[in-house]
Amino acid sequence: MSDTVLSASKASGQGLQFLSFTLGREEYGVDILRVQEIRSWEPVSRIPNVPAYEKGVVNLRGAIVPIIDLRERFQLGRADYGPLTVVVVLQAIINDKTRVMGMVVDAVSDVIDIEKKDIQAAPNFGARVSTEFITGLASVNGRMVMLLDVDKLLRLDGVDDNDET
Amino acid sequence: MAIDMAQFHQVFFEESFEGLDAMESGLLNLDMGDVNVDDINTIFRAAHSIKGGSGTFGFTAVSDFTHVMETLLDEMRDGRRKVTQTAVNVLLGSVDCLREMLQAIKDGDTIDPAAVGAHKQALDQELAHPGQATAAIASASSSTMTQQPRPPAVDNDQPAVIGWTIAFSPHLDLLKTGNEPVRMFRELATLGELTSTVDLQGLPDLFDLDPEECHLSWKLVLNGAVSPDAIDEVFAWVEGECDLARMPIHGEHPAAPPAMTIPAQDAPRPPLPASIPSDGKDAKKDDTKASGKASNSIRVDTSKIDTLINMVGELVITQSMLSLIGDRFEVNKLDQLKNGLSQLERHTRELQESVMNIRMLPISFVFSRFPRLAHDLSSKLGKKVELKLVGEHTEVDKTVVELLSDPLVHLVRNSLDHGIEMPDIRSAVGKPETGTVTLDAYHRGGNIVIEVRDDGKGLDKDKLRAKAIEKGLIEPDAVLSDKQTYELIFMPGFSTAEALTDISGRGVGMDVVRRNIQALGGNIDIASELGKGSTIAIHLPLTLAILDGQSIAVGDETYIVPLGAIIESINITDDRVNRVAGKGETFLLRGEYLPIIRMHDIFNVASAKAKRLTEGLLVVVEGQGLRCGLFVDDLLGQQQVVIKSLEANYRRIEGVSGATILGDGSVALILDIPGLMRLAHQ
Repeated sequence: MSDTVLSASKASGQGLQFLSFTLGREEYGVDILRVQEIRSWEPVSRIPNVPAYEKGVVNLRGAIVPIIDLRERFQLGRADYGPLTVVVVLQAIINDKTRVMGMVVDAVSDVIDIEKKDIQAAPNFGARVSTEFITGLASVNGRMVMLLDVDKLLRLDGVDDNDET
Repeated sequence: MAIDMAQFHQVFFEESFEGLDAMESGLLNLDMGDVNVDDINTIFRAAHSIKGGSGTFGFTAVSDFTHVMETLLDEMRDGRRKVTQTAVNVLLGSVDCLREMLQAIKDGDTIDPAAVGAHKQALDQELAHPGQATAAIASASSSTMTQQPRPPAVDNDQPAVIGWTIAFSPHLDLLKTGNEPVRMFRELATLGELTSTVDLQGLPDLFDLDPEECHLSWKLVLNGAVSPDAIDEVFAWVEGECDLARMPIHGEHPAAPPAMTIPAQDAPRPPLPASIPSDGKDAKKDDTKASGKASNSIRVDTSKIDTLINMVGELVITQSMLSLIGDRFEVNKLDQLKNGLSQLERHTRELQESVMNIRMLPISFVFSRFPRLAHDLSSKLGKKVELKLVGEHTEVDKTVVELLSDPLVHLVRNSLDHGIEMPDIRSAVGKPETGTVTLDAYHRGGNIVIEVRDDGKGLDKDKLRAKAIEKGLIEPDAVLSDKQTYELIFMPGFSTAEALTDISGRGVGMDVVRRNIQALGGNIDIASELGKGSTIAIHLPLTLAILDGQSIAVGDETYIVPLGAIIESINITDDRVNRVAGKGETFLLRGEYLPIIRMHDIFNVASAKAKRLTEGLLVVVEGQGLRCGLFVDDLLGQQQVVIKSLEANYRRIEGVSGATILGDGSVALILDIPGLMRLAHQ
């Protein structure tokens, strides 16, 4: 893995770097510049009367940060949280305010380097599969990585002007 | 040796503005009948330090102006002059003028000489002819009055010499001829106030130093109208053995009467460079530079800082203890280590809390400007008003303090203008002639509440309604509750004032007030009774505030109830529980049926232990005038919590006003009682 990281950073000419992680058997990537930190899973304080994928909030060095289970968010079923379960802390600017949120993922796998031209548009699956968070697909060593739009990912139902229902 | 004076400007301005505030409130509190010397002293001291400070920094316009005020105050202090309302008004006007001058200097603007001159003239007038100064102020702006200045010290058109700067650099062998500079300085000091600055630049290394040689040179500032001959005489003996240069300092205005020599011990003049700023201009240049980057500073109670220092001290001790244990760790030291770690945790947490506390300011920062406002407005309107301030020590976050000021000014003005009646009307309806406006601040339910109460005529519901219909704001047949009717005044373009005044009545105020308050995340309520008065209450959340909270347990979750909202906590007996429509539960407490809100129900806590009402506790709480009982598993303990916003990174949760971080680092939600009641209604 460290070799890949090295080669990735070397090759970073005009290419983009993504942090890839897995949810079940699927692999996703987020813009690495949006990643604030990676933490291990720790118990959260539950928040009443919110969607189930919003697991709760944690104290991140004095800031109250919500934790969202990405598996549940994408309706990929629930997974038990284990020692490998990690929280990727992402930041986005929404309505001129920086927002920080943690995403529970199964495991973080790699930092990948993708040329802009190698990103394919997300195919349309119709209404059956929600692809609203996916900005594109990329192929890395024969694996398909779905690239996520962090700004959209961090929008919350009923808070931001985002109609997804 | 040159000191950059600009670095102190910020402090000077802050202190001066504070001093002006002190003068203002002192003047307002003066009781004409029975003048307290201490009060006058306070005002005098404030004026004096502004004069001293501005002199130091070369803001001569300010120091000259303050000087005249000081003279007036001095005579009042000595009892040579009676304290009259006119004199106080002149002084208040001068305080405003000074504030503008200082602000202008701070911003790098030019001082408006006309305005300053007008106020100065009024002061001079008051000095010369007590009691007639009002006319001067009134006509001041367009004044052509020829002011008769007090007899100047020097009878010519040249600005009077008020002092000298002397550059005195003795040659190396000055001492050998038996001359002693100190003696000469002493002689100079008999002529006037002497300030000396020594220049050590010529001083050689210690090893090269010949103690019989004089390597020093001096810059002297001599205050006072001293004749050049007198100075030359002092230095007559050392002529040819030193380099001597003397330059006169010209006063901007004819010098003050000799009786009032400038007290230089309070205003040590800075070592003057080659050119002497004879007016404010030179000094202002570097001042502009300093104020270019407006620093945002905050005044902190020294006790808060002391607490911080103590805590850091403890932290250092804990740290050294821990590193001692760590250096030679053995298993039997495990207990010590654990102790040390828990100490570390505690200190760090306390430290964090006290740092947060620094941002908290007492609300008196906002309130303090209102006595003046009330004084000015009531005299303008011809009303008698007493302003009461309650709960000035309630602490609010600095940002809230800053944003609260404008809405409150609006509300107080409204109360004075529309609320309080004229004295004759008041006595006709049997009220005391003097109306009362109360500003009251307190913490309630995780909110800060600021109330503006008046005992004036109150809001007339019928009039409000008629006006709203006339303006087309509501339908003629609209059914409105009392509350909704009162809230009409928050609608844009609504004003019932018969005649517009320049104080209020244009109908742009209240909707802006409400918008500002809502922008802060708060709300605004009105209660009123016709003929008795109105109360306008602003509820604001304390974004960063500290709250006394009671932790409660519901299952394995912990919530915080604001302590101020809790009335009592009781055990429930079955015989006092009633059901309403099969679902709602009420509890009979001293003849009052309280609705029960089951926390585990409303927050869907699966792990709750107490499902039967008799197993848990009922916490009776109050929010916005309504009471209810929260059914919880247990009470945990009371603690001060730092309120954190949930909305910063997340969303607003109904029934929750914020979150806090508990001792173990986990997050607990702070309950919002009115919100919980709303949630329970749904």
